[in-house]
Amino acid sequence: MTTLDVEVQRGPAAGTSTKGLPGRPRGRAVAGRSRLSFLGVKPGEGRKFISATTLLWLLAAAYGFPVLWFILSAFKPAGELFSYPLHLLPQHPTVKGFVEAWHSFDVALYFRNTFIVATAATVLTLVTSACSGYALAKYDTIWLKMFFVGMLATTMLPTEVMLAPSFLVVRDLRLYNNLAGVIVPTVYTATGTLMFRQFYKTVPDELLEAGRMDGGSELGLFLRVMVPIARPVFVTLAIFSFVWRWNDYIWPLLVINNPHWFTLQIGIESIVGAQNVNWSVLLGASVIGMAPLLVMYLVFQRFVMNTDLNSGLKG
Amino acid sequence: MAVPAAALTVRRRRRRYGRYVRAPLTLIAPNLVLFALFFAWPAAIGIAYSFTNYNGFSAASFVGLSNYTQLLGDPLFHSALVRTLLFTGMVVPLAYVLSLTIAMLLVSRYAKGKLVARVFFFIPWLISPIVNGLIWRWMFGENFGLVNFALQRLGLPTLAWQSNGTLSLIVMVMAEAWAGTAFSMLLFVAALKNVPQVYYEAAAIDGAPGWRRFWHITLPGIRWTSFIVVLLTTIGTMKEYALIIAFGNGGPGTENNLMVQYIYQTGFQETRIGYGSAASLVLMLLLMAVAMLQILVNRRREKA
Repeated sequence: MTTLDVEVQRGPAAGTSTKGLPGRPRGRAVAGRSRLSFLGVKPGEGRKFISATTLLWLLAAAYGFPVLWFILSAFKPAGELFSYPLHLLPQHPTVKGFVEAWHSFDVALYFRNTFIVATAATVLTLVTSACSGYALAKYDTIWLKMFFVGMLATTMLPTEVMLAPSFLVVRDLRLYNNLAGVIVPTVYTATGTLMFRQFYKTVPDELLEAGRMDGGSELGLFLRVMVPIARPVFVTLAIFSFVWRWNDYIWPLLVINNPHWFTLQIGIESIVGAQNVNWSVLLGASVIGMAPLLVMYLVFQRFVMNTDLNSGLKG
Repeated sequence: MAVPAAALTVRRRRRRYGRYVRAPLTLIAPNLVLFALFFAWPAAIGIAYSFTNYNGFSAASFVGLSNYTQLLGDPLFHSALVRTLLFTGMVVPLAYVLSLTIAMLLVSRYAKGKLVARVFFFIPWLISPIVNGLIWRWMFGENFGLVNFALQRLGLPTLAWQSNGTLSLIVMVMAEAWAGTAFSMLLFVAALKNVPQVYYEAAAIDGAPGWRRFWHITLPGIRWTSFIVVLLTTIGTMKEYALIIAFGNGGPGTENNLMVQYIYQTGFQETRIGYGSAASLVLMLLLMAVAMLQILVNRRREKA
């Protein structure tokens, strides 16, 4: 870690120029310049550049490889999956695994259920989080403070740990074996509320005051002025929430017993549960299950990477 | 952190906004109801049922602390507890080091291709815990996996990644850290960008070597984020379930059954609601103790 100097994007490096002072063998520095100057590397920094970039890309490869291997395997025919020697690329690429998974395991049905759950939960989460995040940022009463503390507690004591009692609550509310039972209890998330609270804290109170002078009602002000300006937060939380709900496992497992309402994650796990794992089908179903999120991420990735989660959690 | 200013705004705001009751109440009503229904209520009845023998159907009768004494005497509970602590104890440091290293590379001037590389780091975050478990199970298959194939090719002995409990746990530790990196990394990137540059410049003028700058400027500068990352990773790891199920169903045998799996089996599958609730409460107390401990340590360091 000693070679990684955290020098955030700033102009010419005044600080690091000391590294290139005389007394240091010049050969390497000159070589560094001749080979790497086209990348904007200054003389004397060649070694740092090489070690940091190499480490970054080694790690990136290590993070990407397991998924790559998994996806490439899904395109191999069943016979090729287990016969040594293994090849990185499918020798006889096929989509049979996908087709088989789609037909034999109701993947289409699971897909539809998961889509309904993730979409509905995301929309509801956006609405409730925006409302309560705004209230927590712009109003000040003792019971709002109490609610805020209670909410912070839920981030530390996740409700899914209380499996059995949560199940009883869902049963008593007649939400058992019902997609609504999967959706409604997941709508409330502390993270979402904190994200909106953090955003509205940065909105000047004068904007609110001006609206009040014009005689707008409190809720009208929120809807007409405050909701539109929070668009980036809506997009970011929408992505987060969709990913969370798409990938949920234990909660749907608890609420759903009827295969007709299975979500993708339960469906995939039910393929594993069979005595002899049919890897060909399993790989196909898994890749189908993660494809929508990969596409969504590649389209919206700047919204994810620009999230300043830190300040949100700072409260 | 700017306490006087904050106190001032609070006082001013109270005068100005204190009269609004209906609007904020309407705004938080949905979340308040959901919080009461799906957090407060389960927690309350969970505590109550943990002192009964309730099984979901017949009337519950009070059994005092018998669920708890039974828990303490159950070897399966012991092993689940120890395994969970072991799992968490390995995942948290590994995930911390990985996500901080990657975050530092992503803000470093020297690393090239950061925009593309960060896409790779983020992909595991998109993968569900179930598929995550399958991905690692597929790589570490005993008779068909890529890793054993590579070992064989290199003339090394192949390893029993599934049927050896310790090896199995180690692979799951890697899988968990791999999946959790992106989120922590995002927190660290934001924190690293907020460390004032002048400190580094001053240190460079004094000729402080890189590791000293890391130790004396970077680490203190991101202390709050470190605290949050460790806390969230600990909580997330202690309640892991789906990954373990998909990787090998908590096997071999019951060796790698973790706490949530134990709670699921006793409280839900065997519908021993009272007993399962008691186990839940033990896990909750454990999480609370960990959180308190970390808050205390953080306080102490902030004072020092």
